[in-house]
Amino acid sequence: MHPLRKQRLIVVSLVVVLSSAAVGLVAFALRDNINLFYPPADVVAGKAPVDRNIRLGGMVVEGSIERSSTELDTTFWVTDYEASVAVRYSGILPDLFAEGEGVVAEGMLDDNGVLIATQVLAKHDENYMPPEVAAALEGKAALGEAAVLP
Amino acid sequence: MIPELGHIALIIAFCLAIALTFLPMWGAARRNVSAMNVAPTLAVSVTLFVAIAFSLLTTSFLRDDFSVAVVAANSNSLLPPIFKFSAVWGNHEGSLLLWVLILSGWMSAVAFFSRGLPLIMVARVLSVMGFVAVGFLAFSLLTSNPFERLLPSTPLDGNDLNPLLQDPGLIIHPPLLYMGYVGLSVPFAFAIAALLGGRLDASWARWSRPWTNVAWGFLSLGIMLGSWWAYYELGWGGWWFWDPVENASFMPWLMGTALVHSLAVTEKRGVFRSWTVLLAIFAFSLSLLGTFLVRSGVLTSVHAFAADPERGLFILIFLALVVGGSLLLYAMRAPSVASRVFYTAISRESLLMVNNLAFTVATIVVLLGTLFPLVMDAFSLGKYSVGPPYFNAVFVPLMALVMPFMTVGPLSRWREDTVGRWLHELMVPGLAVVLLAALLGIFGDRDFNVWIALAVLLSGWVSLGVLRDFWRRVASGDGRMRWHRVSPSFLGMTAAHLGFAVVVLGAVVVTQLNEERDLRMAVGDVEELGGYRFELLEIGQSQGPNYAADFAVFEVTDAGQRIALLAPEKRRYFASGQVMTEAAIDASFWRDVYIALGEPIGDDAWAVRLQYKPMVRWLWLGGLMIGLGSLITVFDRRYRTQSARSESSAVGAVGFAG
Repeated sequence: MHPLRKQRLIVVSLVVVLSSAAVGLVAFALRDNINLFYPPADVVAGKAPVDRNIRLGGMVVEGSIERSSTELDTTFWVTDYEASVAVRYSGILPDLFAEGEGVVAEGMLDDNGVLIATQVLAKHDENYMPPEVAAALEGKAALGEAAVLP
Repeated sequence: MIPELGHIALIIAFCLAIALTFLPMWGAARRNVSAMNVAPTLAVSVTLFVAIAFSLLTTSFLRDDFSVAVVAANSNSLLPPIFKFSAVWGNHEGSLLLWVLILSGWMSAVAFFSRGLPLIMVARVLSVMGFVAVGFLAFSLLTSNPFERLLPSTPLDGNDLNPLLQDPGLIIHPPLLYMGYVGLSVPFAFAIAALLGGRLDASWARWSRPWTNVAWGFLSLGIMLGSWWAYYELGWGGWWFWDPVENASFMPWLMGTALVHSLAVTEKRGVFRSWTVLLAIFAFSLSLLGTFLVRSGVLTSVHAFAADPERGLFILIFLALVVGGSLLLYAMRAPSVASRVFYTAISRESLLMVNNLAFTVATIVVLLGTLFPLVMDAFSLGKYSVGPPYFNAVFVPLMALVMPFMTVGPLSRWREDTVGRWLHELMVPGLAVVLLAALLGIFGDRDFNVWIALAVLLSGWVSLGVLRDFWRRVASGDGRMRWHRVSPSFLGMTAAHLGFAVVVLGAVVVTQLNEERDLRMAVGDVEELGGYRFELLEIGQSQGPNYAADFAVFEVTDAGQRIALLAPEKRRYFASGQVMTEAAIDASFWRDVYIALGEPIGDDAWAVRLQYKPMVRWLWLGGLMIGLGSLITVFDRRYRTQSARSESSAVGAVGFAG
């Protein structure tokens, strides 16, 4: 074969092999690792899947944080002013986690509709609102208005 | 008065940058020497006026001028002076000004060190960089003016800098990262200039290469510092989160890695020319994309300051203009510069191509994971998030795939080599490293861990191969060391490749053997973790300059011997009321002990996070080796000759030290 053509063949076959390996990896990795965001209203309405990780976002309901006195377990309610979902988390909560503040919790729903969170994210500074939470709350109620337990 | 002067300086810089964009470019098209000759002067003047604007903004911060909106929003009279200084870039407007300052600094450096280059090349390169400067100066002036005043309702005191950013790491992390980010505009400008001139030969690659190495080296250091900062400041003990903002700086790095290697081939052998140009365009485009992602507020992150949609749109349009324009130019010019140089499958060219393909694919998969949620959201198809498992699943195998080739590449020959020679060279390191991995499994004091064995195998393979190559070059038959054969670029490559092996080993070991526990502890409680004993001795309160803190004192002991007294804090900052975790770390070469306080949970007890992190330091040590290795390559003699050819050889001899 002509050397230049052979050279092209090498390049093309390398590209084909590597890119198909990459496509395979991406497809495999994306299958289980993308988490959809749901506002509490969707979760209560049963729109969220129960057998996989989801992200739930909204405001922490005032007066809803309950800490265990012996363990690190914490339970709190997250609301979008339409519906509320209980979240249980075991571990250290972020610094800016507080009642009446925006929060995103990631985890799986159990049979009772409680989100067993593996990760809780709060905002990074007091003026900043995670865009998903802002969108979920938009038009529901004035931000900062006191939310009540269902 | 000071802010107004700063504003005027910025406007003058903007006008000068417009002149720099058009005048030398016109001169290059018309072969008008005097028009081309003004390029270096204009570049230096832009730098001068941006520097004036920047120092005036800094003055406003240091003087607590709360009539300036940015100062009022991001500083406070109680803020320690060093943080007032770093607060200049701890916000959107100021960090953008730093961006422009560093860009113009690169511009001046090019003007200064490229006197030996053909005038038309210098004129075009500086014009392209001037165009980028125009874009960002316009962005600063039109959408994020740092000198905006709050008159007449001047606040009495400022809102304070976000406590997360009140840290020495923030003083150096953004400037270093920007040096890399923005530095990629230099190879981009060289690529565009070469396309315009239609001369894509080896000399173009030789001019562009030292700049690329320096920019990439700074980018490596910046990313490394960011990871280190996140580790000790965020209080989670994590060192890489695959956060979109981390990816924003990581993608130009990955593309830059491909570019650095591809430039080597183009310079030495004159092949991959169109490909190298394309990589230079993509690397800088990814820098711009990163700027867009970070500064437009589409992402949730520490780096996202309060967002304004207008800003995002501006960068997006500019990005489209730069990427679209350069790709159009590429499409028009690139086919005419295709190379006709021959090489075989068993050659250094092929191995470097493996590097290029692997890093390009890595960039694409990271890009995909980063943009996927944004694209889905933009088309209202749901709000997704792509987590670390995705990135680990696609990225780790790709890197594992590259490592076997990293050893063969540096010692193989250009054009044509033989498998027999490779085997001859690498048989000993290969056997040694397999033996090492096996022995570790048999005699190690821990259970056999397949991932660590694999990491030892791959990292050992890379290190031994690199060292073997180094030895082969230095040692001579008569037992004397021939140190003069170690050129700065060879030393740099050796350091960077070793650094990569060190990072990989550190990353795998700390991921696999990390021990972490969240628990409840009261005074007198004792816990065991990672073979150490932790006793909570005391809980108390203290005062800082602009915060009050709760602290706890832990005694860490190993077999009865005290290792460290660690005092993690929980701080509440006065101005913002924000709460911050200040972790306490006992660092050493082989392991870190890391304690962070959660919150008080009644009866004098605290939620506490204890961590044992073996070999976590290796990550940053390796990153340092990669960055410094890349930086020292510019001292290579062959890059100096280009300036020495000009009359200003005294300046040329200094090299790129500035």
